Amino acid sequence: MQEFRVLIVDDEEDFVETIVKRLKDRGLDVTGATSGRAALELMDGKEFDVAVLDVKMPGMDGIETLREMKKKSPRMEVIMLTGHGSVESGIQGLQLGAYNYVMKPVPLNDLLKQMTQAYERKLIEQDRHRGGA
Amino acid sequence: MASKHYRSLRLKIVFVTLFFSLIPLFALGVTIYYLFATAYNSKNSEGLRTLAETRRSAVELFFDERISQLITIANTHSLDTLQDEANLKRVFDIMQARSKSFIDLGVIDEEGKHLAYVGPHYDELKVVNYAHEEWFQAVRSSGVYVSDIFLGFRKVPHFIIAVTRLEKNRTWILRATINSEIIESIVREGIVGKRGDGYIVNRNNVLQTTPRFSGKLLGRPDGPDLSSIIGLQLELVRTERENNLFAAAPIRNPKWVLVLREDLFEQMGPLFQAQYAGGLILAAGILLVITGTVLTSRSMIKELIRMEVDKAKSDDLVMQSSKMAALGKMAAGIAHEINNPLAIIGEKAGWMKDLLDKEDIQASENFKEFEDCIKKIERQVERSRTITHRLLRFGRRMEPTQDMVDINTILAETLTFLEGEAHYRDIKIVSNYDKRLPRITTDSAQLQQVFLNIVDNAIDAVGKSGIIEIETGYDQARNSDIFIRIKDNGPGISKELIGKIFDPFFSTKVQNEGTGLGLSISYSIIEKLGGKITVQSEEGKGTTFVIFVPVR
Repeated sequence: MQEFRVLIVDDEEDFVETIVKRLKDRGLDVTGATSGRAALELMDGKEFDVAVLDVKMPGMDGIETLREMKKKSPRMEVIMLTGHGSVESGIQGLQLGAYNYVMKPVPLNDLLKQMTQAYERKLIEQDRHRGGA
Repeated sequence: MASKHYRSLRLKIVFVTLFFSLIPLFALGVTIYYLFATAYNSKNSEGLRTLAETRRSAVELFFDERISQLITIANTHSLDTLQDEANLKRVFDIMQARSKSFIDLGVIDEEGKHLAYVGPHYDELKVVNYAHEEWFQAVRSSGVYVSDIFLGFRKVPHFIIAVTRLEKNRTWILRATINSEIIESIVREGIVGKRGDGYIVNRNNVLQTTPRFSGKLLGRPDGPDLSSIIGLQLELVRTERENNLFAAAPIRNPKWVLVLREDLFEQMGPLFQAQYAGGLILAAGILLVITGTVLTSRSMIKELIRMEVDKAKSDDLVMQSSKMAALGKMAAGIAHEINNPLAIIGEKAGWMKDLLDKEDIQASENFKEFEDCIKKIERQVERSRTITHRLLRFGRRMEPTQDMVDINTILAETLTFLEGEAHYRDIKIVSNYDKRLPRITTDSAQLQQVFLNIVDNAIDAVGKSGIIEIETGYDQARNSDIFIRIKDNGPGISKELIGKIFDPFFSTKVQNEGTGLGLSISYSIIEKLGGKITVQSEEGKGTTFVIFVPVR
C-alpha cells in the first residue's frame, strides 16, 4: 500500500471518524473534515493527494466545495461520494474535474481501490507535467 | 350515462340539421310548384278566353250574315213582288241553294197577317195572325228581331229572324225560320278535350244549344248561371269531383251568352305530371338529406367518443406517470436518507472487523461470536444497500427518457416490486430470461409500467396459489422483435370478453379497484414504442400475454 495523503469530507461525523480510523489503520495519511469550509481550511495548512467528498452537505455543498478545492489545488484528485441517486450531480462533479463518483454506502475496499487509482493518476499527471515543463 | 348523453346530442344534431336543410327544400318546392301552377293556369285560362272569343265572333258573324241577308232581300224587293208567293218561292230557293239552314220564309203585314209563305208548314202557318206575338211587337219597334231557339213541328230546334221594311208608308215584315244546327256546330268546335263542354244560353239561362254533358236543349244548364254577364268572363267552379273553368262571352244579337267549359283536371295533365315529378324529387331530396344527416351525425358522435376515450386515456397516462414520478422521487429521497446511516453502520462494522483482525483480540473467548455478528451486520448492510440502490434507480427511471436498456434487467427490477404480493398470495413467479437479448433504446419507465400492469393483472387473475411464468426471447437469425411472454394459470378470459380487454374502461375487477385503463394504456404505450401486445386465453387454463418490442 502506497502511502498518500487523503482528505475525507462528509457532514456525518460518525462516518468521517470511522473511515479515518480505518484508513489510518491501512497506513494512509488521512485527515477528516465535517464541512466543506473546514476542508478548505485544512487544505491551507496541508497538501492532499486525494479527497473523498460527499455531494450533499448542509451549508457549502459538495459541488461548491469541489469548485473551491480545484481552485486551491488543481492537482488534487477528488472522488465524489453521493448518497443521492441523481446521476446529474455525479456528472456535474466529473465536469468540474472530479476523478469519479461512488454511491454510498460503499464497501471500504472498493473506495480504497478508487482512491489508489486516483492517486496513481495524480502521479502520472504530475510526471507528465514535469516532463512537459 | 355517457351513451345516453351522446344519443341526445346526436338527436339534437339530426333535428337541427334536418330542420335547417328541409325548410329551404320545402320552401323551394312550394314556390316552384306555386309559380308553375300559376303560370300554367294563366296560360290555360288565356287559351279558353281566346277560344270563347273566336266562337263568339263566329256566332255573331253567323247571325249578322243571316240578318243582313234578310235585310238585303227586304230592301231589294217591294212588298208587291214578295206578296206573290211564286216570287217569294224563287227568292227562298236561291237562299236555300246556298244554305240549307233556312226552313221557311214569310211576309207579314202591319196587322200581323201572313201575306205570303214559303215553307213546309204552309197550311198551319198561312192562317196564323202574329199581331199579339211578342216577337211581332219587338220587330216593329226595333226593326230587327232574332228569336230564342224553339222546337218546331218536327222537333227540330230552330229560331226566327224577322226584319221590318218601311215602304211608301207601309210597313211589312220579312220573317225567316232558320235551323240552329250551324250554331250548334260553331259552339261544338269550341269544346275542349274529352270532358269539356260548350253551349249557349239566353238571358233567362235557358239552353239554346244542346250541350255535351251539361243539360238538355231549352233546359237549364248544370253549371253556374252566367246569363247576365256583361263582358267576357272567366269563372272557376270547384266541386269535389272536378275543377271546371268556365269562359262566358256575351253575344251582341241576339242577347245570348256563349259558355265554354273546360275540365281543369283534364287540361292540367302536364301540371300534374310536373307536380308528380317535383314530389318525387322532393321525396328523394328529403331521403338524401335524412340519410346524409344520420350518417354525418353518426360519424361525428363516433369521433367525439373516440376523442373522449383518447383524452381519458392520456389523462390517465399523465396521472399515472405523475404518480409514478412522485413515487420515484419519494423512493429516491428515502433511499438517500437511509444510505447515510447505512454507510455509518457499514463503516462501524468494518472498523470492528479491522480491530478483530488484530492479534491481541483474537485470543478473546468470544472472538468467534463477534466475528459472526460483524459478518452478519455487513451482510445486512449489503442487502439494504441493494434495496436502496434499486429504489434510487427506480426513482431515476421515472423521468421519461430514451436510454439503452436491458429488458431482462427492467423485468427483474419490476418483479421485485411485486414479489412481496406474489409471495403473500402463494403465487410462484418463474422467470426464464434469454441472456442473449440485445440492449435496446427505449423508454424504460414506460416499459416498466407495462410490465407492472400486466404482471399485476396476472397476479390478480390467479388470485391465490398459482404460477406465473415469465419468459423473454429473441430470434437473432430473423432479427425479429424481443418478446416477453407472461403466462398465468388463472381462470382465463371468455371468448366474448377477450376482444374487449384492451378497450378503455373495461375491467373485470370490482368497481373502484381498477380504472379499467391499465391494459388500454399498456397497449398504447407499446404501440407508441413500435411494438404490439397479443393475448391468448383459454377458460380454466389461463391467459398468456406476449409483448413484442422492436430492436432498434
